[in-house]
Amino acid sequence: MSWFGKIKTALARTREAFGGELETMALARRPVDDELWDDLDEILLKADFGVPTTAKIVDALKAVAKQDRYETSDQVVARFRRDVQNFLTLPAMGLDLERKPAVVLVVGVNGSGKTTTIGKLAALLRTQRKRVMVVAADTFRAAAAEQLEIWAKRAGAEFIRGAEGSDPSSVVFDGITAAKARGVDVVLVDTAGRLQTKTNLMEELKKMRRIIERETGAPPSETLLVVDGTTGQNALSQAKLFNEATQLTGVVVTKLDSSSKGGVLVGIVDQLVVPVKYIGIGESQDALAPFDPADFTKALFETAAA
Amino acid sequence: MLEALSERLGAIFDRLANRGRLSESDVAEVLREVRIALLEADVALPVAKEFVAAIKEKAVGSDVLTSLSPAQSVIKLVYDELVELMGGAAARLTYSDTPPTVYVLVGLQGSGKTTHAGKLALRLKEQGRRTLLVAADVYRPAAIDQLKTLGKQIDLPVFDEGQGDPVKIARDGVAEARRLGIPTVIVDTAGRLQIDERLMAELEAIKAAVKPTEILFVADAMTGQEAVNVAKTFNDRLGITGVILTKMDGDARGGAALSIHRMTGAPIKFVGVGEKVTALEQFYPDRLASRILGMGDVLTLIEKTQSVYSEQQAEDLAQKLRKSQFTLDDFLAQLRQVRKMGSMTEIMKMIPGLSKALPKDINIDEKDVSKVEAIICSMTRRERDRPEILNGSRRKRIAVGSGTQVSDVNRLVKQFESSRQMMKQFGGMKKGRFPKLPLGIGR
Repeated sequence: MSWFGKIKTALARTREAFGGELETMALARRPVDDELWDDLDEILLKADFGVPTTAKIVDALKAVAKQDRYETSDQVVARFRRDVQNFLTLPAMGLDLERKPAVVLVVGVNGSGKTTTIGKLAALLRTQRKRVMVVAADTFRAAAAEQLEIWAKRAGAEFIRGAEGSDPSSVVFDGITAAKARGVDVVLVDTAGRLQTKTNLMEELKKMRRIIERETGAPPSETLLVVDGTTGQNALSQAKLFNEATQLTGVVVTKLDSSSKGGVLVGIVDQLVVPVKYIGIGESQDALAPFDPADFTKALFETAAA
Repeated sequence: MLEALSERLGAIFDRLANRGRLSESDVAEVLREVRIALLEADVALPVAKEFVAAIKEKAVGSDVLTSLSPAQSVIKLVYDELVELMGGAAARLTYSDTPPTVYVLVGLQGSGKTTHAGKLALRLKEQGRRTLLVAADVYRPAAIDQLKTLGKQIDLPVFDEGQGDPVKIARDGVAEARRLGIPTVIVDTAGRLQIDERLMAELEAIKAAVKPTEILFVADAMTGQEAVNVAKTFNDRLGITGVILTKMDGDARGGAALSIHRMTGAPIKFVGVGEKVTALEQFYPDRLASRILGMGDVLTLIEKTQSVYSEQQAEDLAQKLRKSQFTLDDFLAQLRQVRKMGSMTEIMKMIPGLSKALPKDINIDEKDVSKVEAIICSMTRRERDRPEILNGSRRKRIAVGSGTQVSDVNRLVKQFESSRQMMKQFGGMKKGRFPKLPLGIGR
């Protein structure tokens, strides 16, 4: 199946719920009045777009509708679809892995899917014939390293771990030293899940960053925040606070196949101006797709009828 | 816990506070803002709408429009409705009459099932009930290892059959508990999407095989609008009897806490409030409602205090305070007790009035608390009893010994002196009164 086909399948539920409601709204060719705006408001809120982003989109649409004298709901919906795609398009969406070794630091809250994402990312990079090393800097959660090791083996990546309870920065140091010695192309660093409000744990991340900078002469090539696609407005706070601590270069949204929403993705991009780089769309090893706004919006809105 | 919502509502009601009468349109405006605040906190849209409608209806019949302090009346209405929304009374775990009691934990990936299997087992153990943990998550790499490690930490047995058939593992686990005479079984199942037909059928098979006393749905408090669908589907398929809401520490908007009971009818029984195995609390709708409305939570504070302080200890301390014999050693002991109660930040937020007075981003670093501990531990016995003998060279030695700066030592000594001064003034107060907690520490 093509990437597009896969994304489309993963977003089936969002499309049915969210896209379906929009489709109905368009087909009804209702007059453009307050009731229509209220309904659109509600559809977006239900899809986790969040209050600020929803207000922004609807207010902009209202202005456009007035200016261009929209008369029926189908015009509004068509314009909305174009807007969403524009919203999601930011420059530099791919991973920057030019340096050798390129270090990718993966961060996020507990249970967002960091370890699984690294497993998938390692497999993806292996298919591009890169030498990949996976570093288990989650020394806190029981058996986290074991879980990662299984993924690393499946992907054919090298694996470095530290003792449970040891300083994660020391594991990062070991990983980079080994990567340099073995001529590895990409180092993927898995960190322990942490809630963004725990200052001391955020300090720990900063320290890992400093170690990477000291050992490779530059900040991590990529710092990716992994966000659970079913998370609501908390995702914005996550992105904001992680960004303050580690200067994110991108976001990976996981578990999108489980969610009938996906609107939170639009909210994150809107509020943070950090691009979404990958989306997780299933449980298998290859279920990680590069994020393409055009494909995504198409998969989101294209109903069976269209 | 739910700071975002708490803050929003606080701002709305503060504006009401110095108003006289409210007109009907004022009330409508307030309710519109309440609705937005709820939606921003990820409360499910239908629940938010219903909530606001219910308050509107009650406001008409009550004294909100005629009252001279309308803010109080509105807050009272919101409080009552919040409690109602979250299930009214606190719901306890049920035990089976014919042991073993079996709890099956279910939920999405990453919601915290395995961690909370451990937390729940430890809680039961503290109440004197032994638990057999059953590892029925055969899909996620190393999930079984994780449960085994947890079992070792809390010293409880773990039953597993490797990557076998989860239904058989669950059934064998219960049989094993019966054979060993262990009264409780907690089955940790694999995380699954509510739309995964095969895995949902597997849960139904597990339910049929072990006839659980309770099926506990483990939900991430950070879930957005999707929470409703997920909980509903799990409930429709399995008939959940209770909910464990995880990751309630941090600034979870926690809309799920407000929506999940209304959407499923199942009560929230516990909330997970931290990474440590002890970080599990019984869920009380009324207490959370008063925390959301910035009214503090004295009951939980008292309970936590009682769990670490014995009557005798409190009395001894009060004696010392009265005679101003409070030393750095006592200070250290007290500090350690308070630490047992949980994170400093959470504790301070339970004190009425304080939650609003604290700066928004207050976050006492537990490392600072450790620093204080290290400094006191680097002092000699005499120094702890009589801090006034601490001269420059002693302070230098202590700083080196505790790996801190002389300025840290100076600050601690100064704080201690001033709190001792304060306690002297309290010294004449009534007998048995609880001493002030050393909240000045950790700057």
